[in-house]
Amino acid sequence: MATNRLLPFKDYGGCSIVGVMDQSGRLFGGDAVIRAIANMHERSNGLGGGFAAYGIYPARADQYAMHLMFDTAAAKAETEALLHERCFVHHAEEIPTRHHPNITGEPLVHRYFINIEPDADRPFMDEDDLVVELHMHINAAVQDAFVFSAGKNMGCFKGVGYPEDLGAYFRLDEYEAYTWIAHGRFPTNTTGWWGGAHPFSILDWAIVHNGEISSYGINKRYLRNFGYERTLQTDTEVIAYLFDLLIRKHELPLEVACRAMAPPFWADIERMGEDEAAQARAIRAVYGGALLNGPFAVVVGSTGRMIGFSDRTKLRPQVCARGGERLYIASEEAAIRTICPDPDIVWHPDAGEPVVGELNVGVRAR
Amino acid sequence: MPEWLTQPDFLVERDPERCIQCEVCVRQCANEVHEFDAELREVFSDSAACVGCHRCASLCPTDAISIREVELEFRTNANWSPQVIRNIYRQAEQGGVLLTGMGNPEGLPIYWDRMLLNASQVTNPSIDPLREPMELFTQLGKKPARLEFAEDGALQTQIGPQLELKVPVMFSAMSYGSISYNASEALARAAHEVGTYANTGEGGLHEHIKPYADNMIVQVASGRFGVDVDYLNAAAAIEIKIGQGAKPGIGGHLPGEKVSADISATRMIPEGTDAISPAPHHDIYSIEDLRQLIYAIKEATRYTKPVGVKIAAVHHIAAIASGAVRAGADFVAIDGYRGGTGAAPTMIRNNVGIPIEFALAAVDARLREEGIRHDASLIVAGSFRCAADVVKAIALGADACYIGTAALVAMGCHLCQKCYTGKCNWGIATQDPYLTRRLNTNIATRRLTNLLQSWGHEIQEIMGGMGINAIESLRGNRDHLRGVNLSDRELQVLGIQMAGE
Repeated sequence: MATNRLLPFKDYGGCSIVGVMDQSGRLFGGDAVIRAIANMHERSNGLGGGFAAYGIYPARADQYAMHLMFDTAAAKAETEALLHERCFVHHAEEIPTRHHPNITGEPLVHRYFINIEPDADRPFMDEDDLVVELHMHINAAVQDAFVFSAGKNMGCFKGVGYPEDLGAYFRLDEYEAYTWIAHGRFPTNTTGWWGGAHPFSILDWAIVHNGEISSYGINKRYLRNFGYERTLQTDTEVIAYLFDLLIRKHELPLEVACRAMAPPFWADIERMGEDEAAQARAIRAVYGGALLNGPFAVVVGSTGRMIGFSDRTKLRPQVCARGGERLYIASEEAAIRTICPDPDIVWHPDAGEPVVGELNVGVRAR
Repeated sequence: MPEWLTQPDFLVERDPERCIQCEVCVRQCANEVHEFDAELREVFSDSAACVGCHRCASLCPTDAISIREVELEFRTNANWSPQVIRNIYRQAEQGGVLLTGMGNPEGLPIYWDRMLLNASQVTNPSIDPLREPMELFTQLGKKPARLEFAEDGALQTQIGPQLELKVPVMFSAMSYGSISYNASEALARAAHEVGTYANTGEGGLHEHIKPYADNMIVQVASGRFGVDVDYLNAAAAIEIKIGQGAKPGIGGHLPGEKVSADISATRMIPEGTDAISPAPHHDIYSIEDLRQLIYAIKEATRYTKPVGVKIAAVHHIAAIASGAVRAGADFVAIDGYRGGTGAAPTMIRNNVGIPIEFALAAVDARLREEGIRHDASLIVAGSFRCAADVVKAIALGADACYIGTAALVAMGCHLCQKCYTGKCNWGIATQDPYLTRRLNTNIATRRLTNLLQSWGHEIQEIMGGMGINAIESLRGNRDHLRGVNLSDRELQVLGIQMAGE
């Protein structure tokens, strides 16, 4: 069973994260984000790295791009049979790679552009729900297969190695996106499994995460209440699912969702105005199970949006900058200045304060 | 054959070198162990009457008295223990049900001691609660599954009434009657000072305790003593008592001699009459009846107060708790088989019910499986001895703990288990004015306040070590528990991993 895989139970250790978004919607190549993450080489240890890119499949923007890894040909055959049974597969191909001396033990990585017909017997499940269900089913039930991502007009590329080597391996310089997020891992529990690298993704949510979630045990149980059953195997995954639950299912405003995950202290709530305090109290009463405790800084990607936020005492570094139309979020300022030597503004967001970048107009070509 | 075969439980020894014949022990012992012989001008002790409460030894100005348990005088027998033999002698002499007080003292496993807590090392930082915020604030009551916001971002969802605790520990139900007025007042005042709650039990709400009613949970039990609409509306919350961990399935009986004028007024019963609480509520013979009572009370209080249900931990506890939540309970209090009592049949106390650890694990898991965990808060009772027990319970899934015995011990109780005799030398479990005035309410209040404060600090230290700064991240977080000395099956029911995993 997939659950017996050597996936890290929790992602202990340090990491580097970076996110770059062009808010004008202009697409740009992956070389910049590779240089930024490479600058923080010392923050990772070669046991995992990865990228998520938004806007890379404009010709198939209405289709779910399912990035899948297989350890065996049998897993590929079984998964493909499942996809053809449940979905309409518009197009399938191997994700092109380039040989790299530092990348070894690579699995098969393919992408499938799919849609799922609504199920007449289950009118309350929309296409997103059906894709999530399929995603979780493959991860849980198909041995040696793992879904990297399954969102529209986006995709995750990840594996075992240093992130800059993986970026070269996946030929990311040949893709163009309006948002790139990247991750370099420094796990203290080595597993060497490609599925265990960041980003973790569900639908079009992708998360890169530096930290350890001490509340993981309850976050996992809280999410199970809402049907996120099968694959809750790492704490980073929990963040991705919380975003999906709070924003897609509970339809919370983004700031409220972030506040649920990193709420203000009671002492601060007492000093707030009446309405704000009432809202904060309600959030803490209802969403205690979604509170992320422990040190973390994350960059979250989604369609048309990039969010950075940290835990409520900011126990992991996070710095932001703006240069022209671009928003940068990174673990270190040096990483930002590598690709944007002269930013308009650099700032350190407060603990728990979300930094949100949104597309101003729409996606534009370079 | 002698009529009495029982030997004393304790041996009272008096050091003649030290004793100054001051008679403090004579005056202090309500069991009349010590007697001054005026002719011999000497104090003598009758060990047979001693209950081992240490009142005389504690107050002896020259430390002349020592009290020892009588050493084993029976032939060693693993099956027929001295206690079992003595019980049979007592029953053969008197022909009655064996009575006892306080919680189950039998040597069954204490599962709290088989669970160990986690702490941060390297990969995440531990937090120093003296320097950084460490939040214990807890809200008890029904919560919605989600919040809804209007287009303009305004919060639409109304959240029902909540109890607000600064420390996730409350004082368990102890009625005025089972304990003295002074003890009741101290509990109420300490709850008020600390920012938590005390529970009236079914003793009614005394006129002088009403000023602290904002920190009181009032009980509606099968005897309905002291219950009227003012009683319900005075309190912060109402608890319907179905069962008690020390005596599941059994009612209560406050003998008429304890029903003084004051108790009679508080319980709303005639002076000198026995206050008998039936085993079941005579208007609750099914879960739908419970629902009616819950909603009758909610109606009477205009939905402004949480209404909860207290049940004893018995075999199908998960299903019972789930039923109570679906019946509308805003909180469920579960009392484990080690829970205390003022009086219970020994056989019931020692043999009926299940450990709170398993009950809690099963109920929390079941409510989550059914997706109704947010509909009610879980309060657990049944022997919380220290802050670590509380932390372990919260990590298993509790919202808060009730303490009874620990609070009594803080006020001076020495666990002699004779509460039912009404002769408590510490002035706690008695109505005899000569004894009750020994408990100074100011001092008792301070001791209780100190206890909760010190537990609060300890809980903060443990959480800080785990790298957690809000109690909601500890609640139900079983990843921070590991088992030792537990079978696979026990680990499975507790829902925790083995140490080393």
